[in-house]
Amino acid sequence: MFELSFIWAALIAFAVLAYVVLDGFDLGVGILFPFFPEQRDRNVMTNSIAPVWDGNETWLVLGGGGLMAVFPLAYATVLPALYIPIILMVLGLIFRGVAFEFRFRTQRWRGVWDWGFALGSMTAALMQGIALGALVQGIAIANRQYAGGWWDWLTPFSIVTGIAVVVGYGLLGATWLNLKTTGDLQARARQLAIYAGIGTLALIGVVSLWTPFLEPVYFERWFQWPTAFFSAFVPLLLAVCAFGLWQGLTANKHLQPFLSALGLFVLSFAGLGISFYPYIVPGALTIAEAAAPDSSLAFLLVGAVVLIPIILAYTGYAYWVFRGKVDPEEGYH
Amino acid sequence: MSFGQSAELLARIQFAFTVSFHFIFPAFSIGLASYLAVLNGLWLWKKDAAYLKLFDYWKTVFAITFGMGVVSGIVMSYQFGTNWAAFSDKAGPIVGPLMGYEVLTAFFLEAGFLGIALFGRKRVGNGLHMFAVAMVAVGTLISATWILAANSWMQTPAGFTTNEAGQFVPVDWWAIVFNPSFPYRLVHTVLAAFLTTAFAVGAVGAYHLLRDSSNRQARTMFSMAMWMAALVTPVQIFVGDQHGLNTLEHQPAKIAAMEGHYETHQGAPLILFGIPDDKAEKTHFALEIPKLGSLILGHSWDAEIKGLKAFPPDERPPAFLPFWTFRIMVGLGMLMLVVGLWSLWARFRKTLYTSTWLHRAALPMGPSGFVAVLAGWYTTEVGRQPYTVYGLLRTSDSLSNVDAEAIGASLLAFIVVYFIVFGAGVFYILRTVSKTPEGEEEELHEGPTRAAGITPVQQLEAEGKANV
Repeated sequence: MFELSFIWAALIAFAVLAYVVLDGFDLGVGILFPFFPEQRDRNVMTNSIAPVWDGNETWLVLGGGGLMAVFPLAYATVLPALYIPIILMVLGLIFRGVAFEFRFRTQRWRGVWDWGFALGSMTAALMQGIALGALVQGIAIANRQYAGGWWDWLTPFSIVTGIAVVVGYGLLGATWLNLKTTGDLQARARQLAIYAGIGTLALIGVVSLWTPFLEPVYFERWFQWPTAFFSAFVPLLLAVCAFGLWQGLTANKHLQPFLSALGLFVLSFAGLGISFYPYIVPGALTIAEAAAPDSSLAFLLVGAVVLIPIILAYTGYAYWVFRGKVDPEEGYH
Repeated sequence: MSFGQSAELLARIQFAFTVSFHFIFPAFSIGLASYLAVLNGLWLWKKDAAYLKLFDYWKTVFAITFGMGVVSGIVMSYQFGTNWAAFSDKAGPIVGPLMGYEVLTAFFLEAGFLGIALFGRKRVGNGLHMFAVAMVAVGTLISATWILAANSWMQTPAGFTTNEAGQFVPVDWWAIVFNPSFPYRLVHTVLAAFLTTAFAVGAVGAYHLLRDSSNRQARTMFSMAMWMAALVTPVQIFVGDQHGLNTLEHQPAKIAAMEGHYETHQGAPLILFGIPDDKAEKTHFALEIPKLGSLILGHSWDAEIKGLKAFPPDERPPAFLPFWTFRIMVGLGMLMLVVGLWSLWARFRKTLYTSTWLHRAALPMGPSGFVAVLAGWYTTEVGRQPYTVYGLLRTSDSLSNVDAEAIGASLLAFIVVYFIVFGAGVFYILRTVSKTPEGEEEELHEGPTRAAGITPVQQLEAEGKANV
């Protein structure tokens, strides 16, 4: 249990979770763009995430770079297996990343970059969800290489997980806007959060019920004693978060819906962890098999243990500096 | 969509294409971040509003450049896995942690303080704002350090052993990071980034001086840029020479390709121009200076310089690209030196701000740093072929198990998207710097140039009518 590889599995899982919840809400803001056609609203929406999106996306680089460092075999097999979704994801991230700057540098092309922001965010979210679904289904590996076809990732299950992530990020984005904005914009965000919340919960339900039937291992994990005892906690806590979300939105609270939505993601992620363990690529590679040599794991761990708390501290500080509602009249000057 | 090419060639073109774009932006943002820190520091120290105006002016350019650097970098961090899976599996245990440290020590630092540096002066006050600007600058330099450690290790691997799975296993991290070519490559590349920025800033200054030689901000930026050009270019030429000698020691085949030598010579000529032909194993139309090659590389008239024929054919890099990209880089370096010395002369004559010919010369030198950086990068990377990890892991053994069609299709997608997105970005940068660096209002706490991303709505609407 105190193997370096397991510590690293936990750290990589943390990086991915941090990415999902943080970039989740700013991708969600992009996904919701089509529902807010007014320039004024869109400026406030992008202003609410402009100071933090770059830091949020850095967790994705840590997830990717970290995976190459500590689980190179997983990195070298999963990415070729997910070739097309990964390429589409990074292309989506390009369009939405540059839109932050570009949409303020032009009038004539503003609409183009707004659409790039919205479609790029949607594409990135959809592809992340599809990649997740494809990973849960399992990946064919032989001789330290991906051994499947180029379209193996595309299945009904992965499409459902893709849609689930889009809707879920939409929920995070809507509750973020509910937290950061005022007036009519906030009211519409709250309304959207209710729809997205219902959709997210329904899709979590579908994926949760579907997953155990994909692989016998998942079924055993979830429905057999004694692990079923622990896995029962997750749905229970999901219900608590769902109630918190509903209550917060209907009672017009600002922070509670966002935190509840984050809770839904954390718990779904924990559910995935229960399904995966001790595999890093389900059915094909265990955490220990995929791990880099101990000399690699130890070297990077020293830095991670010292630096991740520092990173969390100054990232938290940056959020603190830009706390509160976005003032549409003032900007941040 | 394989275009009749092999997966290996397409993957190499894709890597070269995406890394070229990615390299351009950091080369600029490394220099700009430090420039912004200096400008902000001078503003706080001297309370001269010209520095603040310049800070706000270049801040906008930095925001656009940095954003493009981030998104093109995400592509790189996943491309190792999609196209170069075998490399990732084998070299991941060494290259991976170095890049992991880059993320932990640099990327988060830059991203975490970027928002405050761009948008937060009023919220945190001058002191903390200065700290944030400095952290962004430090972050870019730390980032360069780690990625060049990784790249240098691929050029001159050290401090490792191999295991039964064929993976490189780290033994001595100190030896891995401080591998033989790392110090030279690091200094050479960081100075290149500073020079790139100096000539870009200098060209913008020259452009505005040509329109109005009394513009205070244009004068300040031109003067600062020309100090940089005059002082750093000679240092860079010296460092480049040292880097070349280091390459001769560790990668003699690369030097042979750069020099266009197929035969081994005692007293090798310096080939100024020619057309290296790998098939015929000779350089056509060579214009040579006798014995000078040996003098430069061996510091003696009769030093032995190995030619490409001294290496087995399957261990030779292709010669044409390294030969020509090296000459482009060196040629631009000499032009930079001329402009730098010219500026010193003009400064001495007190005509720095009025010498139209100097400004006309500095203007086309604006892109010179970018071209030189890319040319130098091609020289060293193509010169490493046919290996990814020099002498140990062949490029052909580094690939993913990928169909050429998949790589060709993604390459085409990258080309289309990059030209649209980064073409627009470069256009916006050019349009930004074509505006006069002049405060419309004398507002000392915050200049008129808005940060990208955070814009007061009413200001935006007012501007929309005036703007394109």
